[in-house]
Amino acid sequence: MKPPPFSYHDPSSVGEVISLLGNLENPKLLAGGQSLMPMLNMRYVLPDHVIDLNKVDGLSYINENGGTISIGGMTRQRDLEDSDVIKAKCPLMHDALLQVGHRQTRNRGTIGGSLSHLDPAAELPAVCAAHDAVIVVQGPNGERDIPFAEFPIAYMTPATEMDELLTGIKIPTWAEGHGYAFVEFARRHGDFAITSAAALLEVGEDGAITRASLTIGGVGAAPVRMSDIEQALIGQSGDEEKLRELCEAGREIDALGDVYASSEYRQHLATVMSRRALVKAYDRATGKA
Amino acid sequence: MGETKKISLSVNGKSYEEEVEVRFHLADFLRQQLGLTGTHLGCEHGVCGACTILLNGRSVRSCLLLAVQADGQEITTIEGIAPSEDEMHPLQEAFRDNHGLQCGFCTPGMLTTLIEFLGDNPDPTEREVREAISGNLCRCTGYQGIVAAALDAAQRLREAKGA
Repeated sequence: MKPPPFSYHDPSSVGEVISLLGNLENPKLLAGGQSLMPMLNMRYVLPDHVIDLNKVDGLSYINENGGTISIGGMTRQRDLEDSDVIKAKCPLMHDALLQVGHRQTRNRGTIGGSLSHLDPAAELPAVCAAHDAVIVVQGPNGERDIPFAEFPIAYMTPATEMDELLTGIKIPTWAEGHGYAFVEFARRHGDFAITSAAALLEVGEDGAITRASLTIGGVGAAPVRMSDIEQALIGQSGDEEKLRELCEAGREIDALGDVYASSEYRQHLATVMSRRALVKAYDRATGKA
Repeated sequence: MGETKKISLSVNGKSYEEEVEVRFHLADFLRQQLGLTGTHLGCEHGVCGACTILLNGRSVRSCLLLAVQADGQEITTIEGIAPSEDEMHPLQEAFRDNHGLQCGFCTPGMLTTLIEFLGDNPDPTEREVREAISGNLCRCTGYQGIVAAALDAAQRLREAKGA
């Protein structure tokens, strides 16, 4: 099992990457390689050119400024996992990262690679959906922002053009003390989730929910925001029976079925994972967990 | 032979300068070109963990890295963890004493994974050890001895540090 022959390029600037993308036939960008390398080894992809992003300057950073966290596309998942900024300001991402593969893959895997690969069951795209993240891409005509809601255009297909590079992610943070939870159902620890749920909640002093975000991963072709449930949550307390009832809407998601799980089973898991995530997020917001 | 590139890297403290085919992954380079066959290859798609090595001190799958990407980097393989020819690493001792070796196929990946893990977490719980090796498949399914060895090694390493 060997990768097919290709030409290798290791540019050092974003400008060089974009000009290579524009000039080469059938190129493929190599970020952390935790998805592309298996696909090369098994010859699922046959690129004529591999453009390695690991020597490109300035794509690995985590900054927080005025309610927005900015993350470079080549920031390793392990560096995000260890980041105090992420732990404090975007704890949902920290929760999710602990379920992304294993330490050995997080040591190489990057956030930009994960978002560009856009596996429907991957954790980081679900976190970006939950937080209404903005994806920053750079192309021959400069930089543009893509709201995450418009980023997946089809199964494993991001809105990035062929001559564009994902350079960064901007994540709006939630109020301090907000509740969060990322829960998933997988066959083994570190496997891709069969179904996952990401919840964010802000809760008032009277215990009523004032702001809610609920995302289901692994069920649709891309992470799905459950906006009807989000609206219905406003004003609710964390009563588990009520949450269970609201989460029944998960059975209506247009679900994928495969050899691991039927679409009905995924829809069922969507209801269970949503409830667990909301209960955990509510308990965290109210200091019970 | 396809496109090649000259790389220089350090493996187990020894410097190498090699012409390598760009499509070669690091595990094949280590095994076939440098003759360091201690790094094992199981699945070659990042699932089994047998090929785990240390890249600048961090555990990574060597089948998911191109050899050319190791240019200028420091690699440690299973051949490089013992302090000397006639002395074993505490993890190796603990694996021998706790029946953690068994068929030996997953061992190089288990040890490199655990070196990084125990460096970060010198006093782990059993559950933490199980999670740490969740990306390393033992085809004998003999995890019990491996977990016992890891916990024993953690204690030996703590004692050595304290001594």
